[in-house]
Amino acid sequence: MMLLVTSGVAPYLAQAESILDVGETFVIPLLLKLVFVLGLFFVVPLVAGYLEHKVMGRMQHRRGPVEAGPFGTLQLVADGIKFIQKEDLIPSAADKWVFAIAPGVALVPAMLVFLVLPLGPGVFALDLELGLFYVLAASSVSVLGVLMGGWASANKFSLFGGLRAGGQLIAYELPLILAAIAVAVQAGTLSLVGIVEAQAEFMLFGSAINLWYVIPQVLGFAIFFVAALAELSRPPFDMPIGDSELVFGYMTEYSGIKYAMYMLTEYAGMVTMSGLMVVLYLGGWQLLPGVPMPGCEGAGGLFDCDATGTLLSVAVTFAKIMALIFVMVWLRVAYPRLREDQLQRIAWLVMVPLALLNLAVVTIAKVVY
Amino acid sequence: MAPSAPPGIGLLKGLGVTIKHLFKRPVTLMYPHERDELAPRTRGVIALMDENCTVCMLCSRECPDWCIYIESHKETVPPAKEGGRARTRNVLDRFAIDFSLCMYCGICVEVCPFDALWWSPEFEYSEYHMDGLLHEMDKLREWADTVPPPPPLEEGAVLPAEVSDAIAKAEKERELAAAKELEAKQAAEAPTPSAGAGPGKGKAAAEPEIHVKAGEIDQETYDQLIAEGKSERMARSKAKAAYVKKEKARLKAEAEAAGGADAGAPASAEAPQAAEVKVEAGEIDQETFDRLIAEGKPERMARAKAKAAYVKKEKARLRAEAQSDTGEGTGADEPAEVPSELGASPEAAREALHTDDGAAAEPAADATTTDVPAARKLGDVHVEGAGEIDQEVFDQLIAEGKSERIARAKAKAAWVKKRKQAMLDEEGGA
Repeated sequence: MMLLVTSGVAPYLAQAESILDVGETFVIPLLLKLVFVLGLFFVVPLVAGYLEHKVMGRMQHRRGPVEAGPFGTLQLVADGIKFIQKEDLIPSAADKWVFAIAPGVALVPAMLVFLVLPLGPGVFALDLELGLFYVLAASSVSVLGVLMGGWASANKFSLFGGLRAGGQLIAYELPLILAAIAVAVQAGTLSLVGIVEAQAEFMLFGSAINLWYVIPQVLGFAIFFVAALAELSRPPFDMPIGDSELVFGYMTEYSGIKYAMYMLTEYAGMVTMSGLMVVLYLGGWQLLPGVPMPGCEGAGGLFDCDATGTLLSVAVTFAKIMALIFVMVWLRVAYPRLREDQLQRIAWLVMVPLALLNLAVVTIAKVVY
Repeated sequence: MAPSAPPGIGLLKGLGVTIKHLFKRPVTLMYPHERDELAPRTRGVIALMDENCTVCMLCSRECPDWCIYIESHKETVPPAKEGGRARTRNVLDRFAIDFSLCMYCGICVEVCPFDALWWSPEFEYSEYHMDGLLHEMDKLREWADTVPPPPPLEEGAVLPAEVSDAIAKAEKERELAAAKELEAKQAAEAPTPSAGAGPGKGKAAAEPEIHVKAGEIDQETYDQLIAEGKSERMARSKAKAAYVKKEKARLKAEAEAAGGADAGAPASAEAPQAAEVKVEAGEIDQETFDRLIAEGKPERMARAKAKAAYVKKEKARLRAEAQSDTGEGTGADEPAEVPSELGASPEAAREALHTDDGAAAEPAADATTTDVPAARKLGDVHVEGAGEIDQEVFDQLIAEGKSERIARAKAKAAWVKKRKQAMLDEEGGA
């Protein structure tokens, strides 16, 4: 492994410190991190949802939400309050316990991903050595919640939706992971912070031109993006919901707060997947390739920042995340839903071979250079 | 199955279309904040002008949903003449429409023989409870005030029978009066040879109707009314009326300027062409309104009177303008029998005769009628009972214990009679 390390420093060994690690005690950083993760989890998905409402509306010559709060910004908060007030319906034939905990099973993994997502220098709760592995593992648990909901609803549409989701998530998990492995190979680390640092120090074949991984691995990025869309059941890959065929798929029987939990899972997934793409391919909180962040000193001009640099870094990360979410919404508006057999065909006959090809090329290039 | 062609240019085209539309203006109309312009015959709600209703029950019987409720009683009206027969008439006690049943077919509006039911474009009368949709007479009458005036007739359209009849009748009366007057004149002084030519000339002076297309609004008026806290709908309709009025005044001024220039040439013996003075109703005279309200009159009556007062004032103003405009150009070249100081008299006379409301006693009218024949041919005096009533008669009848309905009807008749008398007096006096 040491052979693969590009610089003299071994980033995967030097675990970065979170700025939330203040004081000597265990409790205060813990509380701070809890607030940080929960705040991210409950706020950023709402921003993403608002963006989706507005962008979709404007693309369809509508205005999107305008009444709730200034420019309709509080629309999703209002929706949340409405969902909480609604009656919590459980079908009499449902497997009640499974039905009740299924949204939570889907929700919690989506929340856990925020734990390791780095938003800036030191702006993360945890820098795991196996960060990338952890993210992929945690996010793939969500499918269990979907399957449980589909099964427990005692409704054929829900069951169809759940099984479709299961098949889809298994099919697209593979290209997603293969694309991510290629990044890990090139960076030489599984730590998300380490990958950002490796990107900042990646030079084009010995020259002084800094590049993000999206350039050498443009194929991998495309695969990761499409697979992420499918993982999230976002249109045009929303066959598990397929409202023209399956009523509302695995969510058919859900209402009120449980339905809101599924929706929050989807939006949180959009944020975490976009965040992951930013970290893996788009240089993390780096403004442009080769441009050091003002106020920062560390490797690649991205670490050891003062307050301004930190805030700027976080802003850059969020801007990139929102840009990716914008593209997701754009695709949703532009394309109709695929058919179930087309979906599986693309996954197994196109995505997996291409992802393997990408991995092979990256690995060979890594060993050669 | 062969694998489909690699996704290519089509996908990018799709993205191009959506991104292009992202930057276009949304078509949304922000309804409660801004309003669509409704078509003039919008079927919003059914309004009732209860004073026109004779309780014939046609609407109620034709209604497919049976959602019109009418209650009435009979009253005996004393004979109009000595020794006449007393008559009975129906008096409307209740008229209600249940809009939770109504399906807006409009059959009742179609079938009403007395123009008591109208479509109004008001549509904001939703309720939290279904019971609230049963609307009684008072509410239906309020909506009647929102019924827009009918769109103007097309150029060259045949006048409605009742209008042309009224014009013919009035003309006949005036001819008779003119003949009498002419006789009297001839008896009094030596007959001038040119006197007979008067009517002919008057006829020759065709009167151009000024048509103004509605649709635009007068922004000034609109802003002002909005600033005064009027509802957006009312402000819009008033601003429209104001626009039409202004436009008409402008066109008339132009026409008169042109007419004046013509008349300046010695050859044109015809009277300069004058536009009919038409004043859009709808505005009210705030002074009159306030005064009447202060006198304790009901709001409805005050409004109606204030409207009439406004129309009267406006007409007087327009006529004064018209006179000052045309007087300069024409005076010198008038035919011999017309005194030069009355150069503008034909128009003024005509205008005076066109008034269809309480414009009788206008000062301008006094100077007019030496050239009676010219005016007579053209006038279309008809008194329209536009809802005005004679307050004196009304109060008196009410004091005598008559029902409000009868009092109103009689007061109306009295008003019309007075108006006619006033016009006749005016002509005769001149």
